[in-house]
Amino acid sequence: MVDRDLPVTDDELHAYVDGELPIGRRKTVEAWLAVHPDDAARVAAWRAHAELIRVRYGGAARNPVPARLNLARLARAERKWTWMAAAAVVSAFLIGGATGWFGRGALVSAPSAAVTTVTAEALDAHKLYVTEVRHPIEVPADASHLLPWLSRRVGSTLRAPDLATFGLKLMGGRLLPGHSGKPAAMFMYESASGDRYTLYCARSAAPETALHYNVAGQVAAVYWGDGDVGFVVSGPADRERLIKIAQAAYEQLDRRTRGSS
Amino acid sequence: MGDGGERDLGGFRQDVEAAIPALRRYARALTRDGDVADDLVQDTLVRALRSERLFLGGDVRSWLYTILTNLNRNRLRSLSRRPALMPMDDNDAADMAGPEAGSRDIERALATLVEDQRTALLLVVLEGLSYREVAEVQGVPIGTVMSRLARARAQVKAFLDGERPALRRVK
Repeated sequence: MVDRDLPVTDDELHAYVDGELPIGRRKTVEAWLAVHPDDAARVAAWRAHAELIRVRYGGAARNPVPARLNLARLARAERKWTWMAAAAVVSAFLIGGATGWFGRGALVSAPSAAVTTVTAEALDAHKLYVTEVRHPIEVPADASHLLPWLSRRVGSTLRAPDLATFGLKLMGGRLLPGHSGKPAAMFMYESASGDRYTLYCARSAAPETALHYNVAGQVAAVYWGDGDVGFVVSGPADRERLIKIAQAAYEQLDRRTRGSS
Repeated sequence: MGDGGERDLGGFRQDVEAAIPALRRYARALTRDGDVADDLVQDTLVRALRSERLFLGGDVRSWLYTILTNLNRNRLRSLSRRPALMPMDDNDAADMAGPEAGSRDIERALATLVEDQRTALLLVVLEGLSYREVAEVQGVPIGTVMSRLARARAQVKAFLDGERPALRRVK
């Protein structure tokens, strides 16, 4: 009741119109408006103008969204752009005469420990198994349980990308002990000429999409993270080809475009 | 960064997707030009996707309004550097056909507002944001939002009441 004696400010009138006024004060404002016709007229005008604005522009939210604002489409275009930028940084760095690690875009940052660890494990596994003549893989590609099994063990839905455009055929996969004993999966691909590539998948605490290219002698690896899984594509140290293969794998594996996770 | 892997990127995308109609409405009112508005929304979506992994939770919608508002400010800044600033409120044939004079008037009234005031008014009355949310979008204290809102409403009322603003009277 004490409130009733306090004059109502302009700020309160606006807050009243916008539903921002504390309930306790609302009645006071209504009582004030009943005896202050000028203020009541202003409040009515503000409401009318707000309604005009909503009528004028409300339709823009009801019209069908044009194709160029399709989010999935924009995301695809954006990812291509990101990869081109990342590849450009890699190339620039390599042309500069050095080999090493690279962050995304213009930021050449040191890789996180997780990236280094996962890549090292992937390269070790790659080197160990690609030279294997009789048992390079554990489960062949045509075994229906290959993906469900590895997915279950790694703890993430895994897919083996189709790399036929690079002349690579999926041979199969195997389960490996990853970082601190956690299960990791490796898929192996082979070209007609016998070149072997591997895709290593492990749960990783380095979720960024940054592209990391690393050369280790005759072989090289490209790492990227997607959610809580780190992926490493390893193969002969031909950076252009390896980046293209990694890009294709990334495109196919990107969980964000699969519509579920 | 540490919990980045736990974040549900699918949920983020869905939130962005759901906000697109409202963003188009807001951009349409801000620019008063359908094509420019959709350009602005497209840029906003691209920015959002680009910094998807930098988004550390919170209200996706407010964040999108913030991006769009900033992009529009940059757009106006670059426009103002051009020699001729063409009025953009006639690039809408369908609206021209409409008989509602009031709808044209409100558009002209909004056109007379200072950008920050127009933004504050539209975010509150058209988009239904709270004062606090508008303060976050505009990066100013709530008191500033309220004074922008008050000035915007006074200006719109003056314009519609027939008191042409000083700038127009000169002509």
